[in-house]
Amino acid sequence: MSEKTIRLIITRQKDQDGKSYKEEFELPYRENMNVISALMEIRRNPYNAQGEETTAVSWEASCLEEVCGACSMVINGKPRQSCTALVDQLEQPIRLEPMRTFPVVRDLVVDRSRMFDSLKRVKAWVPIDGTYDLGPGPRMPEAKRQWAYELSKCMTCGVCLEACPNVNDKSEFIGPAALSQVRLFNAHPTGAMHKAERLNTLMDGDGGLSNCGNSQNCVQACPKGIPLTTSIAALNRDTTLQSFKNFFGSDNNF
Amino acid sequence: MAQNREYFLRKMHSLLGVIPVGLFIIVHFGVNYFSTRGEAEYNQAVNFMENLPFRYTMEIFIIFLPILFHAIYGIYIAFQARHNTNNFSYFRNWMFRFQRISGIIVLIFMAWHVWETRIAAAMGQEVNFDMMANIVENPVALIAYIIGIVSTTFHFANGLWSFGITWGITVSPRSQQISTYVTLGVFLALTYVGVASILAFV
Ligand code: HEM
Ligand code: SF4
Ligand code: FES
Repeated sequence: MSEKTIRLIITRQKDQDGKSYKEEFELPYRENMNVISALMEIRRNPYNAQGEETTAVSWEASCLEEVCGACSMVINGKPRQSCTALVDQLEQPIRLEPMRTFPVVRDLVVDRSRMFDSLKRVKAWVPIDGTYDLGPGPRMPEAKRQWAYELSKCMTCGVCLEACPNVNDKSEFIGPAALSQVRLFNAHPTGAMHKAERLNTLMDGDGGLSNCGNSQNCVQACPKGIPLTTSIAALNRDTTLQSFKNFFGSDNNF
Repeated sequence: MAQNREYFLRKMHSLLGVIPVGLFIIVHFGVNYFSTRGEAEYNQAVNFMENLPFRYTMEIFIIFLPILFHAIYGIYIAFQARHNTNNFSYFRNWMFRFQRISGIIVLIFMAWHVWETRIAAAMGQEVNFDMMANIVENPVALIAYIIGIVSTTFHFANGLWSFGITWGITVSPRSQQISTYVTLGVFLALTYVGVASILAFV
């Protein structure tokens, strides 16, 4: 048996209102481990580094290939997906914390509801329901489709919100992810039929587009390489034009 | 307007930072630079500014009210951030942080500066070369002035960079990169003008 072990320090919390505390774990090393497999090992054998029996650490995961976003957590200070965080590439002890920008449900599990609410707020979809069949929509040029595909890779993981200094308990800021989705759906030939409506939702109420302070952490943090800051700047251009149309009136305002 | 009040206020905050406050700063620095040409020329320039037509109207609407709005709303914005340069020590995140710190420094500096010069003038003191020379005779005041000047030029130049994004002028990463270099140039140039001007009083 190999003597090598890996060490983890996990920030835990019993429930939503619980106080957070740190617990240390020491596990036998195996090759090609990721953070998820380390957490599975703790679940199999829930003893902490002091050898005391403890409760298994709670965490979430689904796809295990960085497309669902469920397993996001703060690993050694940086928010990222734990399924693609390879133990061999991490400095030890590995520090795991929940993404505290969101309400912590338990241990490493957070509630990302606010992101899904944001998608609803900005109507991040292509409305096609009607009383009759609308037929196929207009075609999209292939080059544009490839560009839009990059924006569509967002998995609502929340890493960009966690990285943003303006998304916090003192601010209502909607965060980069939903903003970029507005750009995606406004670029879609059918989605564009609701362009003005989506732009107006970004200007209405508190915490909209204008809350961005351009720290540009989001674009550095996004695991999907989505050009979030370009989307935000492009939306600034679109909303500026839209607000002029709203204010001065326009015969071309939709 | 009723619904998009915050959007409107933010856009006003951004606009006023450049027009008129940023333009005022450039004029102000330009006039100050006469100090490097000696006492007589400086006093002449100050005299010219003092006797501009519509002086009080311009002071109130081009300088005082816009700065007041930008400063008050700026403090509100600044304290909304939770800085995270520890974990995200990227250049732009530091600039984000410095933008907020420099805004607060500018506010404190400006209150003191206006008290010592503009308020003093309103109380009957004559504004001239000697007035400034007396102030910066004290090395602590001189250092405070240099800190205040550099904070202002940084805040304005970096603000110009984000202004380009706020209004959708610089959208692509490359345009934002070029804008970083241009605003760096603005920062260096204004800082030179400002620091050279104040040192001329020593
Ligand atoms: C008096 C105290 C001041 C405070 C507290 C303050 C605060 C701020 C803050 C917090 C921001 C960031 C806004 C954001 O990124 O969303 C900002 C932006 C800005 N400030 Fe100030 N500021 C002050 C004075 C000034 C002055 C004197 C100038 C002009 C030289 C100025 C010009 C700007 C500009 C151009 C921006 C960029 C606006 C944008 O991002 O679109 N500020 N200010
Ligand atoms: S934009 Fe990137 S970081 Fe933000 S939620 Fe989507 S995938 Fe995650
Ligand atoms: S489990 Fe889906 S992204 Fe990690």
